[in-house]
Amino acid sequence: MAEPLLSVEGVSRRFGGLLAVNAASLSAEAGRITALIGPNGAGKTTLFSLISGFLKPSAGKVRYASDDITGEPPHRLARRGIARTFQIVQPFAGLSVRENILVGAHLRHPARAAALELAERVGHDVGLGDMLDRPAHALTVAGRKRLELARALATEPQLLLLDEVLAGLNPSEIRDILPVISELSARGIAVLMIEHVMQAVMSLAGHVFVLAEGRIIAQGSPPQVVADPIVVEAYLGHGAAAKMRSAHVH
Amino acid sequence: MRAFVPILIVVAAFAAVPLFVHSNVVLNFLVVTLLIGLAGQGWNILGGYGGQYSFGQAAFFGTGAYATAILQVHYGVNAWIGFAAGIAAGAAVGAIIGALAFRAGLRSSYFALVTLAFAEVLRIVASVTPITGAGVGLLVRLDLRAQAFQFQSRAIFYLVILGFVAVSLVIAQLLERSRFGAWLIAVRENEDAAMALGVDAFAVKLAAMVVSAAITAAAGCFYVQYFLFVDSGIAYGTWISIEALLTPIIGGVGTVFGALAGALVVKFLGEGIKLVTGDVPGLDLMIYGAVLVLVIRFAPRGLVGAFADMRAHLARRAKLRAPIGEVARG
Amino acid sequence: MLSPIILLTAVVNGLMTGAVYALVALGLTLIYGVLHIINFAHGALLSAALFAAFFAFQKFGLDPYLAAFVIAPAFFALGYGLQRFVIGPASHGDDRNMLLVTLGLAVLIENALLYAFHADTRTVDLTYGFKSVDLGFTFIALPRLISFASVFVVALALWLVMALTDTGKAIRAVAKEKLGAQLSGIDVAHIYAMTFGLGTACVAIAACLLIPTYYANPRAGNAFVLVAFTIVVLGGMGSVPGALVGGFVIGIVESLAGFYFGESLGQVGIFLIFIVVLLVRPRGLFGASA
Repeated sequence: MAEPLLSVEGVSRRFGGLLAVNAASLSAEAGRITALIGPNGAGKTTLFSLISGFLKPSAGKVRYASDDITGEPPHRLARRGIARTFQIVQPFAGLSVRENILVGAHLRHPARAAALELAERVGHDVGLGDMLDRPAHALTVAGRKRLELARALATEPQLLLLDEVLAGLNPSEIRDILPVISELSARGIAVLMIEHVMQAVMSLAGHVFVLAEGRIIAQGSPPQVVADPIVVEAYLGHGAAAKMRSAHVH
Repeated sequence: MRAFVPILIVVAAFAAVPLFVHSNVVLNFLVVTLLIGLAGQGWNILGGYGGQYSFGQAAFFGTGAYATAILQVHYGVNAWIGFAAGIAAGAAVGAIIGALAFRAGLRSSYFALVTLAFAEVLRIVASVTPITGAGVGLLVRLDLRAQAFQFQSRAIFYLVILGFVAVSLVIAQLLERSRFGAWLIAVRENEDAAMALGVDAFAVKLAAMVVSAAITAAAGCFYVQYFLFVDSGIAYGTWISIEALLTPIIGGVGTVFGALAGALVVKFLGEGIKLVTGDVPGLDLMIYGAVLVLVIRFAPRGLVGAFADMRAHLARRAKLRAPIGEVARG
Repeated sequence: MLSPIILLTAVVNGLMTGAVYALVALGLTLIYGVLHIINFAHGALLSAALFAAFFAFQKFGLDPYLAAFVIAPAFFALGYGLQRFVIGPASHGDDRNMLLVTLGLAVLIENALLYAFHADTRTVDLTYGFKSVDLGFTFIALPRLISFASVFVVALALWLVMALTDTGKAIRAVAKEKLGAQLSGIDVAHIYAMTFGLGTACVAIAACLLIPTYYANPRAGNAFVLVAFTIVVLGGMGSVPGALVGGFVIGIVESLAGFYFGESLGQVGIFLIFIVVLLVRPRGLFGASA
């Protein structure tokens, strides 16, 4: 098996008395889509922030391409090839779509012309081709999600952290954006996505990690994880798995 | 290089003025206007493009002014070298304040407060230390030779300050078309998102602050050469911090010409007031305060922004009036 | 070294001054705690209130402590109006606009005072202004003692308003959770304006307490308020106990520093404390994260 591109080892994060993330370990491989699921408040976004440099872990290590990147700031990680999107989209509201993507493109292309060309291409790739000169604040939620994705892609990452990129989208919008995401892994990018939309997890993810109350409680392929009674209980409450089993018997 | 044509046109138009205008009063007015426009462009680099609102530009203006004055008066240094040293000193102060403030992660109100505090500290210190002339101030010896950066003709002073303003316009234009500018604007719009895209927000803000300080310091140095006098109230007083931020706000933050346009408006307003009421202390700043409030209330993107908004508004209305089919196609 | 008596006197004097600092800081921290803006116009409003107290005495013979009962409500209304009709609408959803508007107001008010009343210093001479109270080891001017006591009364009154009245509860709700408060039917714009009004009223009362021993001129408020900013930052933005404790601490520090280092450097010292706190621990001793 290939050496994972990203390796999170026993990472914890404490906020005063609250242990938001508790010795969590996971990994992501190039060319694969890995999902991080779990009930609300489990600490998934916190874990993302720990991986992407917005928060420093209280304990544990984060490794990327065999380098120890624990605690490195976000802009340095971006240069290494780690890009992230935000759960609450953060467009550069006053700028046009093209100018938004341009900021990402400039990471590896100092010259404006080359960066603009890349921005144009990425914009088309995510399906925003005809919106490039509209102001970012004029986009719909679905559009903003695509913009969020485009900006991250323009940095030409090897690891892409997607934080609930499907949240707030209606079924047809989800159906339209799924191929864009699966295309990414075809290109060799490692994708780690936090998702609540189970249809996406089942159809896209090769491997799933389940986080509940700050701890990784299960991992495996999507069918394995969904059938795991521990996972069911994490979502539906204590005793739910047993209840479901007894319901089946009858 | 088509982007620089507007600058060329504007600068050429300004440069032609002394050919037609010989009145010293008017030229003096224009010199002061361009001086404020230069200081304002300094604020604009950090505040307009970078979104970090400094309430203490006086710290750089005054440092530039005092550096050049002290070097000439106490050490007999050549005025041109003094000028360059003044800019460097201002830039250095910008680097120090910026490094401290941004390293501490200060944003928005806290950043404004700390810049205000630094300017005030400098003002108080300057008002009591001997080298700055304490309460009395410093007088630069009249020496009307080009080597001493003093000129008999006001028109020459005018062209010199215009030259500096032109450079500041070019800097802004280059900024807008460069990666640094894109990064700076991204930091202004959303610092976290920018960092996630690889922007080193600290370095970008610091660099912008140094450029901002240098430009404002240049205005301070010029002030000394033109008026030949400086004291703590002139150098580090709140008047210049206010005017430096007022002009780009009125003219349009984050635009190339905003500071210059704003300076023209502010100074014309000031002169207009003086004509009507005479030179009464407090009246001009009072009007400036009112203008600031009104502009933020009704035209927060300043003149240039309001102009752009109006054009967009008219364009939308034209579209609405067109037959349905055309709108769909347009 | 200095005798303990002199030191104690300096401390007591510091407490007296500190009380008024605390009141000014209280107004500032209240506004920040609820509206989350730094009111740059606070100093100019203090200057205006000092003039109001001065003219109340000069034109109407009104004792400043009595004038407070008129000036405070007047300034409350002024503050309410400013927030409701000028500052609030000008924000356009961006903090930075409010910074600029309050700065603009500060410049406007201060220079309006300059234009109207010129730069000369005006003082008030109370008949009982020179009476002192004998504390045993030192004498304290009567007005300063009255100020000291009054500040506690005002702080108590404010606390009662916050704890017991509907408006007070609404203010606390908005401070904690604006969206939730809105959804519960609280008129946030009105509450913001009430808070600003209260903050301005604090300043007005402070002016009335100050005028017997201080002076009125267009810049007077600024000198005072920069100290108040330092207190608020030190004590923690939005923290009422922070403002009170900080006020007394700074008052004492200033008094002692003035003894050893003289006036100007004392001022610089306050500013440096201010800068250091901003850089090292912007949330101060009691405040929430910046």
